[in-house]
Amino acid sequence: MARARQAAKAEASNEAPERAAGKDELLKYYRDMLLIRRFEERAGQLYGMGLIGGFCHLYIGQEAIAVGVQAIKQDGDQVITGYRDHGHMLACGMDPREVMAELTGRAGGSSKGKGGSMHMFSTEADFYGGHGIVGAQVSLGTGLAFANRYRGNGKVTFVYFGDGAANQGQVYESFNMAELWSLPAVYIIENNQYAMGTAIQRSSAETRLFRRGASFRIPGEEVDGMDVLAVRDAAAKAAEHARSGEGPYILEMKTYRYRGHSMSDPAKYRTREEVEEVRKTRDPIDHLRELLEARGFADEAALREIDSEVKAIVADAAEFARTSPEPDPSELYTDVYVEAAQ
Amino acid sequence: MTDVLMPALSPTMEEGTLSKWHVKVGAKVSAGDVIAEIETDKATMEVEAVDDGVIEEILVPEGSEDVKVNTPIARLRGEGEAGGAKPAPKAEAKPEPAAKEPSGDPEKKGPAEAKADRPEGEGPAAVRPAAEPLKDPELPEGARMIRQTVRDALRDAMAEEMRRDETVFLMGEEVAQYQGAYKVSRDLLQEFGDRRVVDTPITEHGFAGLGVGASMAGLKPIVEFMTWNFAMQAIDQIINSAAKTNYMSGGQIRCPVVFRGPNGAAARVAAQHSQDYSAWYAHVPGLKVVAPYDAADAKGLLKAAIRDPNPVVFLEHEMLYGQEFDVPEVDDWVVPLGKAKIRREGDGVTLVAHSRMVGLALKAAEELAADGIDAEVIDLRTLRPLDHETVVESVKKTNRLVTVEEGWGPMGVGAEVIARVIEHAFDWLDAPPARVHQEDVPLPYAANLEALSLPSVERIVKAAKAVSYRG
Repeated sequence: MARARQAAKAEASNEAPERAAGKDELLKYYRDMLLIRRFEERAGQLYGMGLIGGFCHLYIGQEAIAVGVQAIKQDGDQVITGYRDHGHMLACGMDPREVMAELTGRAGGSSKGKGGSMHMFSTEADFYGGHGIVGAQVSLGTGLAFANRYRGNGKVTFVYFGDGAANQGQVYESFNMAELWSLPAVYIIENNQYAMGTAIQRSSAETRLFRRGASFRIPGEEVDGMDVLAVRDAAAKAAEHARSGEGPYILEMKTYRYRGHSMSDPAKYRTREEVEEVRKTRDPIDHLRELLEARGFADEAALREIDSEVKAIVADAAEFARTSPEPDPSELYTDVYVEAAQ
Repeated sequence: MTDVLMPALSPTMEEGTLSKWHVKVGAKVSAGDVIAEIETDKATMEVEAVDDGVIEEILVPEGSEDVKVNTPIARLRGEGEAGGAKPAPKAEAKPEPAAKEPSGDPEKKGPAEAKADRPEGEGPAAVRPAAEPLKDPELPEGARMIRQTVRDALRDAMAEEMRRDETVFLMGEEVAQYQGAYKVSRDLLQEFGDRRVVDTPITEHGFAGLGVGASMAGLKPIVEFMTWNFAMQAIDQIINSAAKTNYMSGGQIRCPVVFRGPNGAAARVAAQHSQDYSAWYAHVPGLKVVAPYDAADAKGLLKAAIRDPNPVVFLEHEMLYGQEFDVPEVDDWVVPLGKAKIRREGDGVTLVAHSRMVGLALKAAEELAADGIDAEVIDLRTLRPLDHETVVESVKKTNRLVTVEEGWGPMGVGAEVIARVIEHAFDWLDAPPARVHQEDVPLPYAANLEALSLPSVERIVKAAKAVSYRG
């Protein structure tokens, strides 16, 4: 396992080109990734305090993917994902207060407290959820792409799912229709190597997931999901393919989640050393920090400033989420139906 | 100074063992550093520093068992804060585990308290009073009726709505080039082209999800299932995605999609192709469920379903597709969802039915009339929301009730209708209500067994006589 990862890493770094990025861009990616990490750490803490209930799936370790894709997303392009969704929401620009308050089930949450961790949406941010059923977002996202093609609006849908969802039947039903109808969908497989507690080798006959579209003639490629610039550049290429009417594209993002599947995961299926190794050698935020320093874009003081800015945002979000009231009991019966306005 | 609290590994965890400290007093830590380990009988978990700083004090020693969740286990001094600041509160500073109950955070409510906040009198069966009573559109003086099959009425409904609204489109298996497996979409491809009349692969789960996704983006898909039996492959998308998303998004994301197709028993196709899903879908909040009987309702209700901003399950019946009925020849025939229709007035017994069973109930009423029992026949038309008021008013007049449905009896539509009548008109009942439904078996293939399994005019007559104490 560890050896395979090392090999993959060596392969990726051999190919890694010097990727173009200006100072402002890099600093923004750094800030956005750090925001996700600090936010998730705080969410874990609030969960531990009993302020967040139910399931809570943290994105720590995978930050480069949501941020890298967001960097090339155009206004009106849609984003949809599964239940490990806090990172995508923050990357899309949703208000950290609303996201955190949804986690605590409060009236100030983005779904008024009625959705929770796995079910948040923002039409303003082009974010279509937040879906709790593994793989469902793939058909739904293909439908968003269908709507784009129907309207001829030139928009692309970024459909995220994990290595676990990649074994669901509806994913392939969707691939088939997407290619058949040349739908503008970019399928982003966040391969963090574990579907809950099952390592990919134990669940998948073909572990190179970027090849999963081959029988539908959908092109795919493997991407170092721990490198925000590699993610960004691959996403740009895939989006261009989809936008130009060539149909869907698959990106397999090789990544790793540091935390358990959810908060109540005992993580007995992998060793502590394995997690430590990734943290030490492949961390996407450390990687970007080194790049910022190497290129002379930021010194320690500048990074510290970003750090405190992010910390303040997260502290404010947590305070809001803690003090926002629970939804009014009258909300129990609202939003079950849209009142017909005929 | 920040307290590091004993975290919960799961919503049900109340206490655990602090098995190991990875840091000592005075250690410098960064946010995310693992500082301790806790365990329960089920799991172990690492405790991470929530902030940068220095470990000022360890409050619960390594190896302590039964440490209550939310007990402070250490104190963290932030960068720049002076050391040895104010001592920890006495109760919390105790190194003994389990010294203190979990803190009573006023912001936090247990499930029991939350439950108490439920609004009173708003039970699950509560129905909001409509602002105005729903009723069918009035026919203009001298409006002509045309004879039309249910099949053509459905087709016309879709064609009219597609002409009216560019965002409406039809998708499903064989809907376009084949002209519909049951010819319901005849000529639609010719008029609207393949952008709006879309043949799908045989892939119910996928295209149902795709349809819901397209509706989230603001289109108004009509998703045809060749039969509702095949929608079992897609039921997750219908219930978990279509029905729940408006609620889960706090009203931000709508799913104005219509799922339609033939439902119930056809002839001699056996168990997997002969099932009535009325009760299945009518169980689910967030869906509207419609099951018309005649052609005028098929047309008017389908037009209303397409215009409705909610997901609608539209249950047709294959055995009715070829039957002709009168349909008003008016420009825009739209029948409101959620309103039952009295098909035959009477004061002897109330027969409640929907879809094809309405025809059987009407025939039964004729036979009953010959025996001097004047039956009132109510066509539910919409199963969710269920118009029980019309049924209750009828029972107050007839004092007797028989429900008729093609599906299985247990937990069925009849069971729900009877429950509501008992809630709202118990004192008016002169006899225990009776249910006529499919026998409690998978539908058999053999002609004689199939006939024995399904509701019949004879069984309805018998039930009506039984509740009338007439043998």
